[in-house]
Amino acid sequence: MSLQDYKGVFVFAQQVDGVINGVSFELIGKGKELAADLGTEVTAVILGDGVKSLADELAAYGADKVIVVDDPVLKEYTTEPYTHAIHKIIEKHKPEVFLYGATAIGRDLAPRVSARATTGLTADCTKLEVDPDNKKLRMTRPAFGGNIMATIICPDHTPQMATVRPGVMKKAAKNPSAKANVEEFHPGFEKNNKYVEVTEVIKKVSDKVDIMDAKILVSGGRGVGAKENFKMLEELAEVLGGEVSSSRASVDAGWTEKEQQVGQTGKTVRPNVYFAIGISGAIQHLAGMEESDIIIAINKDEYAPIFDVADFGIVGDLHKIVPALTQKLKEERAKRDA
Amino acid sequence: MKIIVCIKQVPDTNEVKLDPVTGTLIRDGVPSIINPDDKAGLEAALSLKDSLGAEVSVITMGPPQADAVLREAMAMGADNAYLVTDRAFGGADTLATSTTLAAALRKMEYDLIITGRQAIDGDTAQVGPQISEHLDIPNVSYAEDIKVEGNTVIVKRQYEDRYHTVKVQMPCLVTALGEMNTPRYMTPGGINDAYKVKKVTVWGRSDLEVADGEIGLKGSPTKVAQSFPKSVKPAGQKVTLDADEAADYIIEKLKEKYVL
Amino acid sequence: MDFTLSKEHEMARTLFRDFAQNEVKPLAQEVDETEEFPKETVEKMKKLGFLGIPIPKEYGGQGCDSLTYAMCVEELAKVCGTTSVIVSAHTSLGAEPIRKFGTEEQKQKYLVPLANGTKLGAFGLTEPGAGTDAAGQQTKAVLDGDEYIINGSKIFITNGKEADIYVIFAMTDKSKGTKGISAFIIEKGTPGFTFGTKEKKMGIRGSATYELIFTDCRIPKENLLGKEGKGFGIAMTTLDGGRIGIASQALGLAAGALETTIAYVKERKQFGRSIAKFQNTQFQLADMATKVEAARALVYRAAIAKDTQKRYSVEAAMAKLYAAEVAMEVTTKAVQLHGGYGYTREYDVERMMRDAKITEIYEGTSEVQRMVISGSLL
Repeated sequence: MSLQDYKGVFVFAQQVDGVINGVSFELIGKGKELAADLGTEVTAVILGDGVKSLADELAAYGADKVIVVDDPVLKEYTTEPYTHAIHKIIEKHKPEVFLYGATAIGRDLAPRVSARATTGLTADCTKLEVDPDNKKLRMTRPAFGGNIMATIICPDHTPQMATVRPGVMKKAAKNPSAKANVEEFHPGFEKNNKYVEVTEVIKKVSDKVDIMDAKILVSGGRGVGAKENFKMLEELAEVLGGEVSSSRASVDAGWTEKEQQVGQTGKTVRPNVYFAIGISGAIQHLAGMEESDIIIAINKDEYAPIFDVADFGIVGDLHKIVPALTQKLKEERAKRDA
Repeated sequence: MKIIVCIKQVPDTNEVKLDPVTGTLIRDGVPSIINPDDKAGLEAALSLKDSLGAEVSVITMGPPQADAVLREAMAMGADNAYLVTDRAFGGADTLATSTTLAAALRKMEYDLIITGRQAIDGDTAQVGPQISEHLDIPNVSYAEDIKVEGNTVIVKRQYEDRYHTVKVQMPCLVTALGEMNTPRYMTPGGINDAYKVKKVTVWGRSDLEVADGEIGLKGSPTKVAQSFPKSVKPAGQKVTLDADEAADYIIEKLKEKYVL
Repeated sequence: MDFTLSKEHEMARTLFRDFAQNEVKPLAQEVDETEEFPKETVEKMKKLGFLGIPIPKEYGGQGCDSLTYAMCVEELAKVCGTTSVIVSAHTSLGAEPIRKFGTEEQKQKYLVPLANGTKLGAFGLTEPGAGTDAAGQQTKAVLDGDEYIINGSKIFITNGKEADIYVIFAMTDKSKGTKGISAFIIEKGTPGFTFGTKEKKMGIRGSATYELIFTDCRIPKENLLGKEGKGFGIAMTTLDGGRIGIASQALGLAAGALETTIAYVKERKQFGRSIAKFQNTQFQLADMATKVEAARALVYRAAIAKDTQKRYSVEAAMAKLYAAEVAMEVTTKAVQLHGGYGYTREYDVERMMRDAKITEIYEGTSEVQRMVISGSLL
């Protein structure tokens, strides 16, 4: 069979506990653009236990077709049955492109699939486009902690596979009335040496809004100095209706939670306003926030690299500026409400 | 128990700087280190050796200079070291790399293989899971903790919002997160032994049973079409202000941008 | 002649540097300020084998050469003079004489715990009336059956009170002058062995410097180190080695001050540009760097000579004399290049300058080194 026989853009629609991960919709959005350039359709693949009802939601975000693999063995993510299901779908449908979210699941599943299907995989892409000349996928990703961008191609193997960083691609507009064209698929699951047992699931309790969904982020770094000083950032976030995020240094110091971490090894965010407070701006941090619409940096070190990406940089003492700003914003609000 | 840790020599990216004029990487004089996630994996293996007794081997694929990271691993306490090196392996993407390493691993005995989750110069997180596929063994990625009980490995598997406790039969492969532990220092005597007593076994193309089409550039489905420095956005305004002035300045800008 | 370091020496330097930067530097200012002995750091160094670097493996040491040991002291001194002298006094002065002159029994009993770091070592030669003139020992040891009875006192003893095992010197036969001096191993806790007051010092303030007092202190006869009357030779040989440790410390202080200053001048701006752009700064740094490198060459040569030559007194004396004077000069210049800030305790160079001074004084003043060197010439 020749490469030309491979058709269609497939995306892995990740769900956990019956909730579809936002990156899945982003992939469908991007997948639609690519499918248009390739003159084909976008198919979402959803795996789990009791997940059929989620198909319409995938259609609402633009999936032309949804393949559902529904089996109790897929209740919690484990590598082998998920790999098996995806591999069997590839064998059956022969997609030319297969996209995954660069999540803790996608970054485990996709490589195992690539080795089983003997094809290439490009990790953590921030840009995907179709080469108009040969209709091949051009996959662009950061390398060296974000210093260099590399465009990768997979010219002679299919499917061309990529994982895509959450928060980078845009979702398509939602059409709530869309109904999915569903195919149920049964790859057949047989237990083998590669099956593992999940003996415990421990969810991290959090009442915080996901920082990737926040419109305004108040982010603190090493310069904040202490866990209790984050109170001041929370107050500022509250008056602005935003959320508190942080650099890796703050997470490592135990001042903030891992889920609040912005950057290469944390989350990629693109809020309307990003306050970088006491964050020096290591390249790994910048990689996670520089697409923000407006970046405001407060740092006492006038040479901090954060000022290179900030739209508005203030050299000064954050411990004085932040409370002053919060106070004045409260006064503004009182004036407006009056 | 026999544990093999796959490690990679990487440039210390904390020290990689950009040329302010050309925007390209300055790699001259940048020290090479053991990839941090791999080093955490090595520490996990050495801790298992301390607590349960194990033979710990390290393996790397790379240029001859990668000998240095193997010596460092032995100076930390690894027992044996293997260097997979040949021009024929050059230009490999993750699939060709994992195929080559798997071919080397097939020559060895193992109960547990540990790799780092990802390397700081590539950040792909692919080679570990791919090796396990080639070897037809189970894998668990993103390990925050690794315990051994009898013939099973108990892994605390990290996700964005949760952990799984995963029980997996040996032989298996686990990919380690850098935050799992703080790797031990070498010892002066360990360094002495690493160079004067212990040996690095070197394997080239002819030592591995693998097809020509599966290794190096030829065995790599992905190719780099282009690489370029990231576009830099022009710097914004920078002002030095006292607290009151700064607060007024920020509010003024937020109003200008219609945030307030 | 080969001036390139071997790969294992390069790797050892990386280890010492990482340890110094991560574990020692963050505490250096506090150790100086509080004058408290850095017990936790010593505990960490024990675990990593830093307290037995040049001692053979069969005695619990690391089995490395003297150059590796010198590099350890150098890297520690780059960030903390106190920590470097603890290692140096323990290794060169506490453990080394037992390694070189001890009986097999003494080695098993005392060298092994010193080398693996479970016990800390010290050395007591100096007395109120016997500094540079070490032959003027007043402390006496009298054999009484199976025991020696020691009476007298030692001053300025590094690692005093913190150390468990002391090599000390006493007159067994006053009539014979230097030939009447003998060396002994004494354990802390021996009845009659007490400590006087702790010295308050200009620099290396976290190192414990105490007076040792012996009042009818009885020690078993087996604790005589070497033969009776051979103590002076043991002391002088030990100091030859000790000087390499102090020379390494001086080298480290100079190199550390240079590194700190290079970073500072790139940041500090005056007249609208970084002071690194001024030719005065550049030329000062050039001189400092050249002297540091010359000191390093002498120190490393002396360390290699210790392992390869029968006698290395002159090499050690030259290394210590030069490195100590370079340490004083470079740290002084470092403070000058820092300007007013350099005179404050906010900046490390202030401490480095105070720490440097002692290297011209202890384990033989610069004048003593000149005596040793000129003695070999004439």
